[in-house]
Amino acid sequence: MKKFNGKILFLDRSDINTDEIIPAKYLTEASKAALKPYCLEDLTLPGFSPKTDIAGKSVVVTRANFGCGSSREHAPWVLEVNGVNMVIAEGFARIFRQNMFNCGMMAVALPKEQIAEIFAEFSGVEAECATDMEKLTLTVSGGGKTKVYPFVINNFDLELVKAGGWVDYADRKY
Amino acid sequence: MGKTTVQKIFDAHRIDSPVEGVSILTLDRVFCHEITTPIAINDLVARGKDRVFDNTKIKAVIDHVTPAKDSKTAEQGKVIREWARRHGIKDFFDIGENGVCHAIFPEKGFVRPGFTVIMGDSHTCTHGAFGAFAAGVGTTDLEVGILKGVCTMRDAETIKINISGQLKPGVYAKDLILAVIKMLTVNGATDKVIEFAGPAVSAMTMDSRMTLCNMAIEAGGTCGICYPDMVTVEYLWPFIQNDFASKEAALQDYSKWLPDADARYLNVIEFDAGSLEPMVTFGYKPDQVKTVAEMTGTPIDQVYIGSCTNGRLEDLRIAAAVLKGKRISPNLRAIVSPATPKIFSDAMAEGLIKIFMDAGFCVTNPTCGACLGMSNGVLANGEACASTTNRNFNGRMGKGGMVHLMSPATAAATAVAGVITNSPLFNA
Ligand code: SF4
Repeated sequence: MKKFNGKILFLDRSDINTDEIIPAKYLTEASKAALKPYCLEDLTLPGFSPKTDIAGKSVVVTRANFGCGSSREHAPWVLEVNGVNMVIAEGFARIFRQNMFNCGMMAVALPKEQIAEIFAEFSGVEAECATDMEKLTLTVSGGGKTKVYPFVINNFDLELVKAGGWVDYADRKY
Repeated sequence: MGKTTVQKIFDAHRIDSPVEGVSILTLDRVFCHEITTPIAINDLVARGKDRVFDNTKIKAVIDHVTPAKDSKTAEQGKVIREWARRHGIKDFFDIGENGVCHAIFPEKGFVRPGFTVIMGDSHTCTHGAFGAFAAGVGTTDLEVGILKGVCTMRDAETIKINISGQLKPGVYAKDLILAVIKMLTVNGATDKVIEFAGPAVSAMTMDSRMTLCNMAIEAGGTCGICYPDMVTVEYLWPFIQNDFASKEAALQDYSKWLPDADARYLNVIEFDAGSLEPMVTFGYKPDQVKTVAEMTGTPIDQVYIGSCTNGRLEDLRIAAAVLKGKRISPNLRAIVSPATPKIFSDAMAEGLIKIFMDAGFCVTNPTCGACLGMSNGVLANGEACASTTNRNFNGRMGKGGMVHLMSPATAAATAVAGVITNSPLFNA
C-alpha cells in the first residue's frame, strides 16, 4: 500500500478540471514518468506556481468537484509521479475519484465545513497530513496546531487501495 | 418499488456487489481510442495479461489525432493498430475509415437499448441516447473492461428532466443542454444519471438526442438517457432487422427498459423548452451560460464546427443553411470537421461541403483534433473560438485560448458576422 502522509499543497478553488491538472497536449507521452514536469500546468490560481509549489508535497487539499471533465487517468498519474498520493476535497468528479482508487491512491471527501476549517487554520502555514488507514483518520498539523478528522471510505475502495489497484483484484475475482 | 431505466440495466448486468451501493456489471461494449487505450494495452502486456474478453464486443478507433501529427501520436496509433490485429478485433477504424468515436460507433449500430458500454473517454455518456447505460472511465477501468468484460460502478440515482414544449425554429438540442447545465451547474449531476424525458425529447432525431446526452458529463452526470422509441428503432433498423419480425416487435422488446411508472427519482425537474433562446458559454466552465443575445458582438478569431457534440449530418445541414451563398468574415478563420467519413460523404452528396468551401471554411478529415487542442485548429494565446464542441475549460483548445460553446446555427452565423450573433433561423 502507498503512504498517505506528508506536506500539504492547498488549491483554493472548486471545479479544478483534469485539463488543468494535465493538458491534453501531453497525453501523447508513453510513460507516467514523462508527465512529471507538466503537473497542474494550466491551473491559474492567485499565489500558485506549478513550477515551484508542487515539489515536496504529498497531499492536496482542495474544494468541491475536484477532477471534473476528461476521463484521463493521466491526472492521478501526474500527481503520483510528483509524489502526491492523496487528495482531500469536499467532493470529486466520479471518474477521477474511481481512477484514484483504481491506482491505489486516496480520494478523501470531507464535509464542506471541515475543508473550510483546514483552509482557515492551515493554508497559511507549512502544514502536514498523517493518515491512519486502520483508524481512518487524518491528522493535520502545522503552525503549532493539530486537528484530527475521521473519514469514511467504503470497504471496496479500501480493498483497492490496499491491493494497489483494480487490475489484479479484478483478474483474481471475476 | 418501481425502477428507473438505469436500475433495470444494472439489475440485468450485475454479477456482484462487493459493498452496498457498488455493482460489478458485465459489459456489452468496450470502446477504445488511441489516446487512453495504448497505456492500458502496454500495461496488460507488461503484466503478462495481453488478452481480450471478447473481440466482437470491443470496438476501436483512431480519432483524436489522425493522421498522426508527430512521432508520439504515430506510436499511439501503432500500439492500438497492432493490438487490434493481434486480437482479431474486426471493428477497428483506421485512417480512411475513422471518425470521432461517439459519432462513428452509433452510426455503425453498435449501441442498443439496455446495453452497458464503457470507454476511456468522458463523453461516452453520448450513447445513453439509445436507452443504454454508457459511462466514461479511466485507463485502469478500461483495461479491466478489455481483459474481463466487467466494470465497477456506484449505483446511481436518477434525475429526471421532463422537457415540455417545442423548441422554437433556430433553437436546438445544444441550446437546450447548455440551459440544463446552467440550471444543474457543473457539479449538479455528479454520481447521478439524467433521464431526458418529455415531448421535446420524443420529437428529437437521434442526432439531437446524442447532442443532449453528450453533455450530461458537463453537469457531472455518469450518463444521460433517452427512452427507446420508434425514432430509436428506425435509426437502428438496418442493424437489427434480422433480430425482430417487425419494427413494432423491436419497440415492444426495447420497452422493457423504460422506467416503471412508480420509479423513484432523486429529483424530477420540469423544463419548458418552448421559451428557450439560443445559448452560449462565456467563461471557463460549461455552466457559465448566457443567451446569444446577451453575448452579441463578442469578437471571435476562429469558428469550429465539428466534434462528438455537433459534427453530425444534421448539424452540417443546419450550418450550411445559414452559410449558403455567404462568405465568412475576413476577421476570422473557420473550420468544419465532419465527424465520420459517412457524414462527410453524405454532406458532399447533398452539396453541403461545397457550401462550406464557397463560404471560406477549411474542411478537414473526420477527427477530434481541435476540440481538445491537439491538432487541426489549435488556438493561439488570447484567441477566442466560437465552437460547437462541449468543453470551454481554460486551455482546452490551446493555451490561453477562450472557447464559446454554441450550436452549429449560431457558429455559422458568427462565422459570417465575425462576432457572436444569433442565426437568421432564430426569430426572437
Ligand atoms: S470530439 Fe472532443 S469531446 Fe468528443 S471525443 Fe473527441 S476530443 Fe472528446
